[in-house]
Amino acid sequence: MTQTDLPADLQSRGHDWASPRARANVARRRRSETVLRVVGLGAILLAFLMLGILLWTLISQGSLAFRQTHITLNVPVAAEHVDPADPAKGNYRRVIAAAMSETFPEADTTEQRALSKILSNQAQFVVRDKVVADPGLIGNEVRIRVPVSDPYDQLAKGQVDTTSAAETRRLSDVEIANFRALEEQGLISKPLNWALVTANDSRFPELAGLKGAIVGSAYALLICFLISFPLGIGAAIYLEEFAPRNRLSDVIEVNINNLAAVPSIVFGLLALAVFLGWFGMPRGAPFVGGLTLALMTLPTIIIAARNALKAVPPSIREAALGVGASKQQVVFGHVLPLAMPGILTGTIIGLAQALGETAPLLLIGMNAFVTSTPATPFDASTALPTQIFIWADSPERGFTSRTSAAILVLLGFLVMMNALAIFLRNRFERRW
Amino acid sequence: MIAIAFLMLFLASITGYLVNRQAALAIRSGGTRLHSLAGFHGLYSLLLIMVPALLLILLWLVLQPVVIERMVMNGLPAGTLEGLDSGAVQLIQAEIRSIAGGRVFGTPDPWKLEAAERMNSLQGRAGWLLLTVLTGLMAAALVFSRSRVSAEFRARQGVERIVLGLMLSCAVVAIFVTVGIVLSLVFESLRFFSMVPVTEFLFGTRWEPQMPIRADQVAAEGAFGWIPVLLGTLVITVVAITISVPIGLMSAIYLNEFASTRFRAVAKPILEILAGIPTVVYGFFAILTVAPALRAAGAALGIPVAPNTALAAGGVMAIMLIPFISSFADDALAAVPRSLRDGSLALGATRSETVTKVLFPAAIPGIAGGVLLAVSRAIGETMIVVMAAGLMASMTINPLDSVTTITVQIVTLLVGDTEFDSPKTLAAFALGLMLFLVTLAINILALRIVRKYRELYD
Repeated sequence: MTQTDLPADLQSRGHDWASPRARANVARRRRSETVLRVVGLGAILLAFLMLGILLWTLISQGSLAFRQTHITLNVPVAAEHVDPADPAKGNYRRVIAAAMSETFPEADTTEQRALSKILSNQAQFVVRDKVVADPGLIGNEVRIRVPVSDPYDQLAKGQVDTTSAAETRRLSDVEIANFRALEEQGLISKPLNWALVTANDSRFPELAGLKGAIVGSAYALLICFLISFPLGIGAAIYLEEFAPRNRLSDVIEVNINNLAAVPSIVFGLLALAVFLGWFGMPRGAPFVGGLTLALMTLPTIIIAARNALKAVPPSIREAALGVGASKQQVVFGHVLPLAMPGILTGTIIGLAQALGETAPLLLIGMNAFVTSTPATPFDASTALPTQIFIWADSPERGFTSRTSAAILVLLGFLVMMNALAIFLRNRFERRW
Repeated sequence: MIAIAFLMLFLASITGYLVNRQAALAIRSGGTRLHSLAGFHGLYSLLLIMVPALLLILLWLVLQPVVIERMVMNGLPAGTLEGLDSGAVQLIQAEIRSIAGGRVFGTPDPWKLEAAERMNSLQGRAGWLLLTVLTGLMAAALVFSRSRVSAEFRARQGVERIVLGLMLSCAVVAIFVTVGIVLSLVFESLRFFSMVPVTEFLFGTRWEPQMPIRADQVAAEGAFGWIPVLLGTLVITVVAITISVPIGLMSAIYLNEFASTRFRAVAKPILEILAGIPTVVYGFFAILTVAPALRAAGAALGIPVAPNTALAAGGVMAIMLIPFISSFADDALAAVPRSLRDGSLALGATRSETVTKVLFPAAIPGIAGGVLLAVSRAIGETMIVVMAAGLMASMTINPLDSVTTITVQIVTLLVGDTEFDSPKTLAAFALGLMLFLVTLAINILALRIVRKYRELYD
């Protein structure tokens, strides 16, 4: 506000604050104050709204996948389909079809084929496993509860608009009517979908689960922790407590700061060229993923550890030095234990970031279709975020809700890790 | 074998510790004063055994597969690999490796079986060799460190020297990582530029990397001009920045100047949640919700919107960047000295006048630094654009069109295809080098601006 901006009557001494011009001026300034306030609040609320929409979308979609429609069926295992001498090689597809024709006696052969499609592809293998385990079942009935296939799962969850034109749906009116009949017989149930975390990936959405991805992520995080935690603490102690003021220290400092801002995909390129290309490590192994994530997490841990070390007051160091401890005895005996909660907090937050990291894992091949749980960190596997990426790319309707559910699982892990970090900080961190 | 090696390492280190400590204690109980505590004598032995042995094991692990592979491939009957390109050779290597691992598919040629057998026997021998060398090394270290135990020996200084060296090497790892990044990017890019001229890459306006990998494949000829890719990256970045900067800035101003402490205590963590959500989640959100919504809005207004419009990717990226910019602006506003704020208020300025005319101009350098860092993040962001942006590179600056970005191209060129000698895959490394250089330059500039500004008021 320069002098010339002011109206003439305000420039003179003894101006009239009650004059209309002065009042208008105050009103204008008050208005602009309100405008800024409202705009600011609006900006925050807009950000909250985005977060709300994001979470609401994920929860409303993902909660669908927390239950899976199952069908309970009595399957007669006829000796004509299964040879008692070699039960593993029976024609279980026919066994299932026979079971459906018992439920719908009036259906002809083509309709029967359509009817068996209500069941997931897994059904025949479930029956086979039961029969192989107990060959005495041949000639008797087996009671199974198996998932229904994806289109019917969507139907049962009310995701199919039955009033729309039949050509735009994946299910015809007859198929819908058949399914409704099953529902009326009370054969359809919707139990909690434990398969989501106990099954491996599958081409069929109703069977796909996250077990392999969770184990893969756990291996990768473990490797990442084992490498980046000791390295990070070592580097942080050196830089904070021992580094002489020289060129090497400066170079290391600048390096770490820049490394923290390098795009994650560049680390993926590094891993691809060095770990896979030069050292010939296996593709898609959680070990390589963990190694890559460790390089990315290292700067985060170093910076957090340095801040934690810095927060320990000098008086502690001086007291220890004063009673004759060596510099390293001071650090390892006194400073480091006091800084540990802060270091752990930073490490957990760094690991949480690593858990959500996707791009570098794509480049080292952790996005392959793997239907087994990795037994060691050197077996090909996916990770939680890459599994989300794979499922998000799949066209089946059922994968949309499963992707959301997988995201909720991932977010659940992230929330737990961050909660642990906050708990550690509140419980153990001391303020001086 | 490796497990045994680590077990031996562990046992030997413990033995060394106990032996040296006992020896030192014996000297002390003999009535002589030790220079260092007995524990340090023990630690000295432990480190002397452990560090070289660990290095040996790690080095062995890295080199053994490479050396054995080479020996096996050289031992193949003469002429088998003649006239084969590197891809075919890699395929044979992989087959031999899987046979050696016990996974035999079909009936492989007898010379492959032989090679696999050779590989297994070599691996067995290498394991024994490792154990022998390791035992010798550790025994030597044990004997040497035991011989050093004496009343005058400065074990503590010895231990501290080794520990300091270890910590220094931890810190130097950071340099190695940077050097590794630069070397691998430059090395692969040079191979790319030996096939595609640098000028074509830097100034070409066509990006069609789908060139034939094999001679009989039908595909486009391949063009590697990165300008359209860069342009697409810039379009998405501009969209993201124009949306996120005003929102982030305004929310920072509100939180800093107007909000009650209670509102601030609640609102800041909620904003931080946005920063903690993995980017793959944002990508899914973009394809599931934002892009269809934009398309519907476009259809309602009669504007054609591409299904993977730059607006969707950029808009979702903006959500991710809001907390980033907000916290930078918050810090910059809070760093303006109290005297400036108090002076302005004392002169009768309202809070909003203080913010817009005093605090904001003073905080501009800090905010600019934050925005630059946000730009570098937007350029390097991968998952959102991989999922929500397009694949075709076109020379357009219309945000409603589908554009592609550097990171999208890197991912699509490299996923599922790791043949290291076609320009198609090597182009990804050239793009990666460019990405690294651009983001590095922006980061350095941003950090310099932020630091310079801090010095101004300190």
